[in-house]
Amino acid sequence: MSTQTPHATGALRDDDLDGVPTFHPVGGDWSDVAAEAARLGEERIVVNMGPQHPSTHGVLRLLLEIDGETVTEARAGIGYLHTGIEKNMEYRTWTQGVTFCTRMDYVAPLFQEVAYCLAVEKLLGVTADVPERASQIRVLMMELQRISSHMVFLGTGGNEMGATTVMMMCFQAREDILEIFELVTGLRMNHAYVRPGGVAQDLPENTTAFVRKKMDSVRKYLRQAEDLVMENPIVHLRMKETGYLSTAACMALGVTGPLLRATGLPYDVRKTEPYCGYETYDFDIPTATEGDNYARMVVRLEEVYQSLRIIEQVLDRLDASRGTPVMVADKKIAWPAQLAIAGDGMGTSPEHVKEIMGTSMEALIHHFKLVTEGFRVPEGQVWQTIEHAKGTMGVHLVSDGGTKPYRAHFRDPSFNNLQATSMICEGGQVADVVVSVASIDPVLGGVDR
Amino acid sequence: MSPEKKNDEPQTAALRPTTGQVIAKAAASAGEAHPLLEVVAVRHGMFGPAGSGDTSGYGGLVTTVVMPGPSERPYGGWFDEVVDVLAEVLDEEGPGYAAAIEYVVVENGELNLHVAPEHLVAVCSALRDDPDLRFELSLGVSGVHYPHDQGRELHAVYHLVSITHGHQLRLEVAVSEADPHVPSTTSVYPTNDWHERETYDFFGIVFDGHPGLARIMMPDDWVGHPQRKDYPLAGIPVEFKGATVPPADERRTYR
Repeated sequence: MSTQTPHATGALRDDDLDGVPTFHPVGGDWSDVAAEAARLGEERIVVNMGPQHPSTHGVLRLLLEIDGETVTEARAGIGYLHTGIEKNMEYRTWTQGVTFCTRMDYVAPLFQEVAYCLAVEKLLGVTADVPERASQIRVLMMELQRISSHMVFLGTGGNEMGATTVMMMCFQAREDILEIFELVTGLRMNHAYVRPGGVAQDLPENTTAFVRKKMDSVRKYLRQAEDLVMENPIVHLRMKETGYLSTAACMALGVTGPLLRATGLPYDVRKTEPYCGYETYDFDIPTATEGDNYARMVVRLEEVYQSLRIIEQVLDRLDASRGTPVMVADKKIAWPAQLAIAGDGMGTSPEHVKEIMGTSMEALIHHFKLVTEGFRVPEGQVWQTIEHAKGTMGVHLVSDGGTKPYRAHFRDPSFNNLQATSMICEGGQVADVVVSVASIDPVLGGVDR
Repeated sequence: MSPEKKNDEPQTAALRPTTGQVIAKAAASAGEAHPLLEVVAVRHGMFGPAGSGDTSGYGGLVTTVVMPGPSERPYGGWFDEVVDVLAEVLDEEGPGYAAAIEYVVVENGELNLHVAPEHLVAVCSALRDDPDLRFELSLGVSGVHYPHDQGRELHAVYHLVSITHGHQLRLEVAVSEADPHVPSTTSVYPTNDWHERETYDFFGIVFDGHPGLARIMMPDDWVGHPQRKDYPLAGIPVEFKGATVPPADERRTYR
């Protein structure tokens, strides 16, 4: 009996394996899958990729049936990150709901916040009353978020193909954007910054100058990453003509966003059902026609440049609208305090505290009721779509006239787009699975909610 | 609470009954239980613990909450045209408009068609295939549980988009908890596969004809359907600096 350790430099013989510890995975449906394969007696291999696989962007489980290097069947299993956010939202006030939905797609939290708040505003009937500056801030934040989300796509996608340098460049660009978020909202992610009726706070002084400076830096890293990947022969070999999805397949599977636009259909909710005043900004919808992994990457990079265009326009508008309100005037919706950073780094509002504690009992009662009880929203249901970085995001809200949502449902684009896994992976090579899944750009927090 | 709607959406203010009117209408037809009004909740009192111990919120106050009722023509904007074309297609080739569409609700500038469950697939096919309708994209299915809407407790809501015409509309079907069967729309919109699985998982609505109606979020052996209103949140108390905050579903609530 040989005791040597098997290694990859020679053909493995059966007696090499004697005494080597082996592990047989069991549990869940895996035993059934293995038993089925044994019963059929076919020369097939079923590979369980994930849920703890570094290339699956979180806890995505892929069941691959492979024949040699070819994937004959691919199925995605999800639900490992289900946290019951929608159920939890039914037990919190309409304002607290923002704190929950921001945690769904944690790579692009501001999209959920804006979509949810737009839906609440529609139910309240205050859509037209939301101040111009609040919409401008939302547009700024969403477009920054789009860039950072696409940077994560390019960075992690590059990393999965073995190019750590791309990831370093993209994450540096994302870091610049997260610094803007930290300046404006206090947090790098899970902001709870957008609120029904407007935004929680106005931009701090000099934000526009800070954003302009950071955008120069983002452009620099973007250009570097682009130079590195766009004409890179390895990227071409890995991404061109892999993971193909046609326009018809996208329609049937409800696939939207960069995946759909990479097939040539310029469908973008910002143009078809404008919100937050997107109809007043000058930007294009980039498309490609190939419908493969490479086309999706090109479309996303082009979108980043369009987002930079929108950011330039919105920064000028923000300079012009300085000092105007960022929350609806209705005191039954808008929280009374405007927080500022105190000496200890915590948020406080000395003037407001002085008023409610010293001069106005009614203001104190109002503040207490509005924050603890919340505001009531007229009964009815509403559907709001926005263009998320990953596709069309939909929010379905039902109100029973109470202070909490009766039902909140989020149509997360990643959840829907992941359905295309089978179609884009089957018939391809095992190595292409990683690239194809990365090209969908799923975030499992949003998929599982 | 909110100022008058300022946007001139297709829906007109007069068409949407205020809560007071609807409740009056519901009270007028009390006894014969209007089948088309979706009763969302019957609230007793304004706040305080449920059951006994009426500490301040006067439990004698009873409020019946109903969803906006059927709208009457004209619906406004492109809504009339779409409903007309749909009626024509259904009368010619399908089960007939009167049989398939229970009623139409226009609220918040959105068109919502309440569909009889048995004719859902025919309505979806008509909406997808007719060149004047062409709702080619489905944005999924979501469920809502209305335990007070007797005999129609479980609702499935379908969100459709016409990229060709730039329209969005909603279909809604209602079934009872005792017989929660809705035909699957995956033959018309394959994208609804996972969405129907999710709705089945969370609400227990059984989509007949679905290619593989398994749970999608919860483990396969999970008991119950978590998004139903009678399913507890099962929150845990949070302790912070010696004080304990009760779980969200056990806190004092405002009704």
